[in-house]
Amino acid sequence: MSEAGSPSLTQTLLYLDGVSVSFDGYKALRSLSLVLLPGEMRAIIGPNGAGKTTMMDVITGKTRPDEGEVMFDGRHDLTKLDEAEIATLGVGRKFQKPTVFENHTVEDNLLLATKAPRSVRATLFGREDSETLQTINAILATTRLTDHRARIAGSLSHGQKQWLEIGMLLAQDPKLLLVDEPVAGMTDSETAATADLLREIARDHSVIVVEHDMHFVRELGVKVTCLHEGAVLAEGTLDQVSADPRVVEVYLGR
Amino acid sequence: MSARLDHLGLGFVAILIIAAILVPLLSLVVSPDSAFYLPPYLVQLLGKYLCYAILAVALDLVWGYCGILSLGHGAFFALGGYAMGMYLMRQIGTRGVYANPILPDFMVFLNWKELPVAWWGFNWFPYAMLMVVLVPGLLALAFGWFAFRSRVTGVYLSIITQAMTFALFKEFFRNDFGFGGNNGLTDFKDLLGFSLQAASTKAALFSASAIALILAYAVSRAIIGSKYGKALMAVRDAESRMRFIGYRVENYKLFAFVVSAIIAGIAGALYVPQVGIINPSEFAPANSIEAAIWVAVGGRGTLIGAAIGAIAVNFAKTYFTGAFPEYWLYGLGLLFVLGTLFLPKGLLGLALRGSEPKPREVVSVDAVEEGAEP
Repeated sequence: MSEAGSPSLTQTLLYLDGVSVSFDGYKALRSLSLVLLPGEMRAIIGPNGAGKTTMMDVITGKTRPDEGEVMFDGRHDLTKLDEAEIATLGVGRKFQKPTVFENHTVEDNLLLATKAPRSVRATLFGREDSETLQTINAILATTRLTDHRARIAGSLSHGQKQWLEIGMLLAQDPKLLLVDEPVAGMTDSETAATADLLREIARDHSVIVVEHDMHFVRELGVKVTCLHEGAVLAEGTLDQVSADPRVVEVYLGR
Repeated sequence: MSARLDHLGLGFVAILIIAAILVPLLSLVVSPDSAFYLPPYLVQLLGKYLCYAILAVALDLVWGYCGILSLGHGAFFALGGYAMGMYLMRQIGTRGVYANPILPDFMVFLNWKELPVAWWGFNWFPYAMLMVVLVPGLLALAFGWFAFRSRVTGVYLSIITQAMTFALFKEFFRNDFGFGGNNGLTDFKDLLGFSLQAASTKAALFSASAIALILAYAVSRAIIGSKYGKALMAVRDAESRMRFIGYRVENYKLFAFVVSAIIAGIAGALYVPQVGIINPSEFAPANSIEAAIWVAVGGRGTLIGAAIGAIAVNFAKTYFTGAFPEYWLYGLGLLFVLGTLFLPKGLLGLALRGSEPKPREVVSVDAVEEGAEP
């Protein structure tokens, strides 16, 4: 990390250093470095193919980096863990395309996501306690899905599915949320409401938001990292980043 | 669908309880001259259908609820059957052709002098019953551990399950393997001291099969109804999503697979004394595929549908192989094609249709409406 006076590893929530990934010779990430502090919300922008999704894949254990360091909470080496272990450590992920459990009710979707023992034995013999129910009720209210709790998730509108997925992330109560294009396909009012929701979430969680929609990023009002060809091109406020001539060239030069 | 399915489930259990009581009465108490009399061969045939129904429920547990299309469940069924067959063989004792008190006939015929280790203990019924659940269960555990850990899914998994049953099929054919080779195990005399030829034993085996089917259904239903069941269905629908919210998907699959294999093994153990023989053809890949057809025809993901499909298809098989023997295989193939095309939810789906809104269509209408308004 070149700027911001490099906080020491133990203070960081997420620490990526020199991460490289290539697929069949194509370099998706080239020595990417990124530091996220506890409680921070960060927006990641960048043109298609900049490596945003690959970065998320590396953090969540879907893709193993060829080289580089990925540390969570200053002590967990994420490159050695698989998806389920990383999720259990407290990393939640929302996909670009809403992926809720289509054949389950809204409530069951949240129940499955709720932070609770995940072992076969626990789910086979466990009973839902009132605390779980309260959590679910609170999340239903936050995501404005209370009236839809008994509906099959597959029958929700696109926007509602996006919200349900954010609700599932909340139910997981992760330390770090990775949110991939949360407002793709949303109407303007839904977009504004989603920005409110994310800001609310960011109060007690660290969040990384990947987004194309500059208007939305401006609404979030957080530090922005611009990726290009698998590496960090610029970092700072949205105004600083969008004033950077290299960023302008990447976005407009194509 | 699930509320109505639960109602149907209660009806299904009630019918089985009635059958478990009524069939022995009609076979043993009613006079042979009566129109209601059930001859022993029919009791035996119905008992056989119930064993197939148990196998179908087992398969539906993994296929319908976890998306694991096992085309090797016949192997678990056959292994349970062999364990029971070995007990029955050892009960023959000196009544065999060679009258050897220890060695079954085929071993004497092969000039073996000692009982192979694998056969030890099988004269003791509880041990044999333990093996009925343990052997299929352990095979499923070992097989599933490797397959699910390596994230083998979909058609690839189906293919290796076929390979598994085919390998066993080949192995059991060999005389050296020590399980009667090509001829398998047969000429059974009695079970727990009761003659297998007696009408009363046949009736008792029918009732035992009906009770086993009820238990298989009840256990599967309880598993599906728990949070584990919800998670299992979520694995079926969106496996990687489940990983990202922290579930060990392979363990979820493994548990269902092992339970399913054990149920299949019990079905096989009840089947063998009723048909009087177990041989390597029970491992034939076609048998496992046929079981998948029963489930598809009956309606997968319903448990009851699977059982009904098994009974219906086998009833049809008994009839058609008698009436038009050369056309049965075409009929079965046609049934599968037509069922897949026109009855995606099987016979049970047909019965339940009309009572439920079609979710898929609702999706698109809803999405358009809600998306349109700001």
